[in-house]
Amino acid sequence: MLLTPEDITAIGLSLQVALTATLISLPFGFATAWLLVFKTLRGKVVLEVLVNLPLTLPPVVIGYFLLLLLGKNGWLGKVLAETGIQLIFTWKAAVIASAVVGFPLLVRSIRLGMESIDRQLLDASRSLGASWYDSLMTIILPLSLRGIFSGSSLMFARSLGEFGATIIVAGNMPGRTQTIPLAIYDYTSSPSSTTMALSLCLVSVGISVAVLLLHEMLGKQLDRSSAL
Amino acid sequence: MRIRLKAKKKMGAFSIALNADIAGDRIGIFGDSGSGKSTIVNLVSGLLQPDNGEIFLDDECLFSNQQGINLPPEQRRIAIVFQQAMLFPHLSVKSNLLYGYKRCRLEHRSIKPEALIELLKIKPLLERGVNRLSGGEKQRVALGRAVLANPRLLLMDEPLSALDDTLRFQIIPYLRSVSEEFNIPYLFISHSITEMQLMADQILVINNGEVLEETTPEQLARNRMARSQNGYLNLFRLVDPVDQNGLFSYPWGKNHLLISTGNSSGESLFELSSRDIILFKKNPEAISARNLLQCTVTELFDSDGRVGVVLSAKGEKLIAEIVRAAADELSITPGSTLFAAIKASSFRKLR
Repeated sequence: MLLTPEDITAIGLSLQVALTATLISLPFGFATAWLLVFKTLRGKVVLEVLVNLPLTLPPVVIGYFLLLLLGKNGWLGKVLAETGIQLIFTWKAAVIASAVVGFPLLVRSIRLGMESIDRQLLDASRSLGASWYDSLMTIILPLSLRGIFSGSSLMFARSLGEFGATIIVAGNMPGRTQTIPLAIYDYTSSPSSTTMALSLCLVSVGISVAVLLLHEMLGKQLDRSSAL
Repeated sequence: MRIRLKAKKKMGAFSIALNADIAGDRIGIFGDSGSGKSTIVNLVSGLLQPDNGEIFLDDECLFSNQQGINLPPEQRRIAIVFQQAMLFPHLSVKSNLLYGYKRCRLEHRSIKPEALIELLKIKPLLERGVNRLSGGEKQRVALGRAVLANPRLLLMDEPLSALDDTLRFQIIPYLRSVSEEFNIPYLFISHSITEMQLMADQILVINNGEVLEETTPEQLARNRMARSQNGYLNLFRLVDPVDQNGLFSYPWGKNHLLISTGNSSGESLFELSSRDIILFKKNPEAISARNLLQCTVTELFDSDGRVGVVLSAKGEKLIAEIVRAAADELSITPGSTLFAAIKASSFRKLR
């Protein structure tokens, strides 16, 4: 197996980007799923479509929209530039791209978990003196843990593979914004680097298998503790 | 306790318009399924907001759209025992029990968990997960959880209908004794007349989202005698039987009842349908039925064309059901003497 120092950096960066994107998205994903499952809102359909849009749009399109939004002349980019924050072509942009692309997967899993919660459990907790927030933290959150775990691992795995949106907003700069998929892309465009590409592919497979194994184990663990 | 309920609520095709003012510590809400009984639970507990109206518990306003009052459920101190126990699946029995207790303000905490755990006989279950409990155990824990929230009112929303018959009548004494021991008034919701007879003093009859009448369990059972599948059900709480040729002989006031299935120790509860009593004008001397009681007619009542005969057997009350023609032939009037024959196997043991 051949890995250059730059490849090692790419692997580290990939993990860093995927983990950050997942962690940042978690509270928002939880809140969005809660809104969709437990609240009667006007315009719920709009929220639903918005949340799921990244699932069906080509990632390149998402990347392009993000570029328009966060770029030097984008309306959010301008504001950020004034405060001295630059996101585009940094690893943070890769985090945002991954977060947007993986968000629907996260929400879907948490939502599935929440939908299986019997509403009367919440009625019970409210009638026993719990405020809506108390009930959210002591009933909904623990009973959605399974969904939260599976959503996170799905999103983490999806983020590791993020390519289209990332290359547009973060670029492909070795050592700075180059993640595993981008590095593989680089190798495949030069015919002499087949072995290098293959090495990174194997690393990619290894990480994915590890994530999926962890996902299964955690799921089993949760099942066991709930069957007490 | 007094509940004043004047509320309207429309939910899709179903609408409910309630107007009731009822006082008592053991109030029953009776009605067929779909009549709106559970909606009352949700309105009183605050889980559902009326479109308009007022809800008062004693002198406190829980809801009033005119005054803009809507107390959230957690501030009403009204606990619910649901049809399914609804125990929190991720918590142990102990944590379930203490869920409401921990959230109850100190000055309201008058019920000691130890005393209640003792009363409900759930001590061996405390460290278990709730998924390893039987149906009856679950319902006892759910009752304990509700009571430990130190509520000023308990709402029991068909708490027995998910249980089989044997369990149902085992749980009833717990429901009653907990409320009596800790002085918590309750609303008991059910569609069973027998449960009403065992649990309620006053009853609101609900039909199609409206209050049909306010009545007593006895009156309700008499009114429904002809329509109900088993007629009027006489209930007997009997103790200390002696064996008599393989039958249980129970003292019943100054009488004795021979019953085929009983318990050799403790109190047993039996029901006897008004239709399983045969009346004779004269003593038939030799019959196969093992119970023959000399009775005096104290009262006659009409229930949809059937005649209910209220009998007194040495001071103990018994209700038999006959058709109008039989009543005429036997020329039964209050004061007349009759013989009531009951087979030993007609008594159904509930507990």
